[in-house]
Formats: sequence, structure tokens, C-alpha cells
Amino acid sequence: MALLEVKNLGISFGGLRAVNAFDIKIEKGQLYGLIGPNGAGKTTIFNLLTGVYKPDEGSVILDGVNITGKKTIEINKAGIARTFQNIRLFKDMSVLDNVKVGLHNHHVYSTVEGIFRLPRYYKVEKEMNEKAMELLRVFELDKEADTLAANLPYGKQRKLEIARALATNPKLLLLDEPAAGMNPNETQELMKTIRFVRDHFDMTILLIEHDMKLVSGICEKLTVLNFGEVLCQGETKEVLNHPEVITAYLGE
Amino acid sequence: MKKMSKVTKNNLITYAMVIAAYIVMEILLKTGHVSSLLQGLLVPLCTYVILAVSLNLTVGILGELSLGHAGFMCVGAFSSALFSLTTKEAIPNGGLRFLIAILIACVAAAVCGVIVGIPVLRLKGDYLAIVTLAFGEIIKNLVNAIYLGIDSKGFHFSMKDTISLNLEPEGKVLIKGAQGITGTPHSSNFTIGVILILITLIIVNNLVHSRTGRAVMSIRDNRIAAESIGINITKYKLIAFTLSAAMAGVAGALYSHNLATLTALPKNFGYNMSIMILVFVVLGGIGNMRGSVIAAVVLTLLPELLRGLSDYRMLIYAIVLIVMMIFNWSPAVLDMRKKLAAKLKKNQTEKEA
Repeated sequence: MALLEVKNLGISFGGLRAVNAFDIKIEKGQLYGLIGPNGAGKTTIFNLLTGVYKPDEGSVILDGVNITGKKTIEINKAGIARTFQNIRLFKDMSVLDNVKVGLHNHHVYSTVEGIFRLPRYYKVEKEMNEKAMELLRVFELDKEADTLAANLPYGKQRKLEIARALATNPKLLLLDEPAAGMNPNETQELMKTIRFVRDHFDMTILLIEHDMKLVSGICEKLTVLNFGEVLCQGETKEVLNHPEVITAYLGE
Repeated sequence: MKKMSKVTKNNLITYAMVIAAYIVMEILLKTGHVSSLLQGLLVPLCTYVILAVSLNLTVGILGELSLGHAGFMCVGAFSSALFSLTTKEAIPNGGLRFLIAILIACVAAAVCGVIVGIPVLRLKGDYLAIVTLAFGEIIKNLVNAIYLGIDSKGFHFSMKDTISLNLEPEGKVLIKGAQGITGTPHSSNFTIGVILILITLIIVNNLVHSRTGRAVMSIRDNRIAAESIGINITKYKLIAFTLSAAMAGVAGALYSHNLATLTALPKNFGYNMSIMILVFVVLGGIGNMRGSVIAAVVLTLLPELLRGLSDYRMLIYAIVLIVMMIFNWSPAVLDMRKKLAAKLKKNQTEKEA
């Protein structure tokens, strides 16, 4: 059974049909790409999958659980984590604290235990620190643990966002244009990071990207979106050579 | 681990400063170096410090501008004063009575915090500020219109006047509308005030550096991202807001038990008060608890210390406000301060080497 199975997903904003009859099936461990021209509805699909928008019709099944129309936090608890096209870090918090917020629902003690510093506070905080540092080491951010997130260079902010998403222990990771604003060297490094995340955490990844080098370099399967509808779906090589895709997206 | 100790050290410095200031003040009091005017200012001073720290939780940590903090203080002040007045005979132990009164003030203000918070926290920025401002004014005016009396049959309540309470001849009027509450036992003192300041500081500092505090700050920094990693926005906003209100209620209890007659005037529970507390917070640094304490103390004492200058008093107050604001927030000055600090550090390391 597929990890994520989306059927006939659709949403309208007023008279605009933003997404129509969208189907996708992602197997566990896959690196899946979602591409399409600007305004094709890619980010809208991410917002539908993560509960930012409620779909007008269709269903989203994650690992056998129906999560259609659930709230964002419930969907996160069910196992979908995401990053954003325009980086959304907790800027005035340290790098370590950014990841620790991600661990919020997995390492629990009550507010009262926190205020009165009861034994469980120390125990759980220690676990959190260890877990968060482990994640930061994976992304080579451990030296910057005490830095404010806003003071990190751009590439590292992207990495931190992925680390924070992984801290919520998801089954599926959604990356929204992870290479946006990166130079070729940084993109190369990012490709390595994404592959590493998949192998090291045994993660399933769905990503939106415009950088064709990155897409053809790491994605195993692709879905091409145009005007809110699926244009083509399949193995990366086949899809990128499909004549309709070349016309619609890459230019003739 | 290194960071934890840094945070703890920072907090301990704040606590030590408060205790040191207390000891110095006590010595001055014992040796009779403090004017009676300043003596009268000590308990209100403690009240303002608690209010500033608690408002900083809403403004600095939760990141929402609240202009109704005096309203919560008002709720705490009147509920606790009412309790102390009615149980004056029933609980002869003054300390115990005051402790219960503080707890009642805390709970009453917290309940108001929840009631106001549920609708208000759906708003953002200016809108939230306006609604909290309205809340503060409503509470003040409501308290001014309440008449409450007690006799052998129990409590009598009216919104009109004392006569319409229909009290028995030996009945007692507790709240006399705009004349407020008279005869609250004088239970507050400087020592209790300082203890309450310390408790407030410890609660806020511990909260900020806990799981709950991080969740609250993540909402402040980016609501959408916080939601995407499974933070319950409403819950944590409400926790922070309620806690802030509860501590303002405690400040109210401290304030009311220092006055023989408690009335809700614009001066003590109105808009001006809310703004004054906000000035303490902004001046001391948003999110900086130690700064709030210092700003509250300096700005409360300043007008009194400048009393000799009579006419120029408020002028100097205003200038100090402006200068402190520039010193704390102007980007150019902040740069200069950073450079200066780096230079000092360098000199120090050179000396050590």
C-alpha cells in the first residue's frame, strides 16, 4: 500500500479552479517531485495536504489513515511535516530552540512542571537537548546551536527548516522549493542533503522545485501540474521527455 | 549545556539584584535615611514591578500588545480587598488572610483573563490592543457602579445606590460605588512586595525557558510555521495571556492592601496606568524581564526624586524617557554599544594575557 494516496483532490477560490482532480500515489521511501509552471497550483496542493486549506472534494489517505480536511496540527501529528517556499523560521529563537519546538509533541511535560522545575522537567529537557543536538549534527549545524536563527546564512536556514520539520518525526516530508535562491554550489550540497535525509531517516519526500538539475538529479518519480490539473505522471526520465511537458513547461 | 548555565546565570543575577536592592533599602529604612514620601512609595513600586514583568510576558514573549493590563489589576485589587474586608473577623491571622486574598486575586484575574482571552486572542495587533483597552475601561467603570452590602441574610447587590441595597440596620456596606472599598486591612508591606516580585520573576523566567515558553515564542515568531509543526496556537496563547493576567491580579492585591480606601480612578486602574506599565516594558526592553524591573523602579522613583525641581519635574522625566528609548532601541546606538562591549572584552583578555 502506498504511503500517501490522494484521490480527486480539488479546490476553488471564488471562480478560480486552483486544483482540479489531482491524484498522486507515493510509495514509502520514494523521492517524488512536483513540478509545473508558476501558478500551476503546486503550493496550493501542499497547503491542501497540510490542512492550511480544506479541499472542496477528494480524499487524502496517509499510511491508511484518512486525513482529509483535518486541522494542520492534527495532520502534523498524523505524520506530515513541511518546509516553506519563503523560509519561516522562529527568527528570535536560537537554532537549538527551533529544533526543540519541533520536538514539542514527542517530549512532553506540563506547564506546571516547567514553572516549578519538577524532576520531569530536567529529565525531558535533557532528552530534548540530546535529540535536538543529534539532528543539528546531522545537518552540520551543531556549532551554531546557540546562534539566533535569523543570523544564520541562507543555506543553513534552509537546512534548519528541514531539521525542524524532521524533529516532528514525520512519515512524509514536504519540501517547498528547497533550492529557491541558492547558487549552483549550494544546490549541489542541498541535493546531497536531501538524498542523505531520505537514506538516513528512511524518509519519504515530496518536493516542489523549479531547478531542473535538482529535479532530474534526485527525483525518482514526477508529477507535472499545469493550470491546476495533472499533465503527466511517471518516471522522471519519461516525464521530462514527454512532448506535452516540454511544450507546457520547458518551452519548445 | 553551556547555554543552560548561561541562562540560569542571567536569571540568578536578576534575582540577586532584586535581593540586593531590598537589603540596601531595608538598611536605609532602619537607619532612618528614607523620607516618609519615599516610604509610602515602596509598596506601589513593588506593584509596578510585578505589573511590568507580567505585561512583558504578553508583550515580549507572546508578542501581543495589550492595553488593558490595569483592568486585570483592578479585578485582583477589588476581589482581594472584598475578601479581606468580609473575613476580617473570621480569620484573625493577618498573614494567612492576606495569603488567601492574594490567591483569590490571582484566580479572579485569571478567570477574567480566560474570558477576555478566548475572543480577544483571535485578533491580531492593533485590533487586539483596542479590545484589551476597552476591557480595561469597562472593568474600571463597572467597579465604579457596583454597590454591595452584607447583613444577616447574606450579600445584597445593586447597581443604583446604597439605599436600594435594602440592608438591615446592622448591615454593612462593602462596596460603595464610586467611593469604592473602605477599611481594607493594611496587610501589604515592602518585604511581602519583594517576595512577590521574586516569585513573579521566577515563574516568568522558568516559563520562558520551558517547553511551554518555547511554544509561545514560536507562535510569536511565526504562527503558520508553529502550526505546521503541531503547536496548538489557541492553547498556548491562552496560557500565556491568562498567566499574565493572574500575575497582574496579584499585583492588584498587593496594591489594594496598602490603601485604606480603594477606588477605581482613571489614575490607578485606567488607561493611563496601562500605558505607564507598557512604557516600563518597552523601555526596559521587550522580552527582557530584568529590564522591566529596572525601568519600573527608575521611572517610579524619578518623578519623586525630582520633586525639588518642581516645575521642571515632568520635563526632565520626558527627556529621560526619550534618552533611554534612544539608548535602548536606536540601531546606531545599539551598534555603538556592541562595538564598545567588544572593545572592553578585548582589553580584558589582553590584561589577563
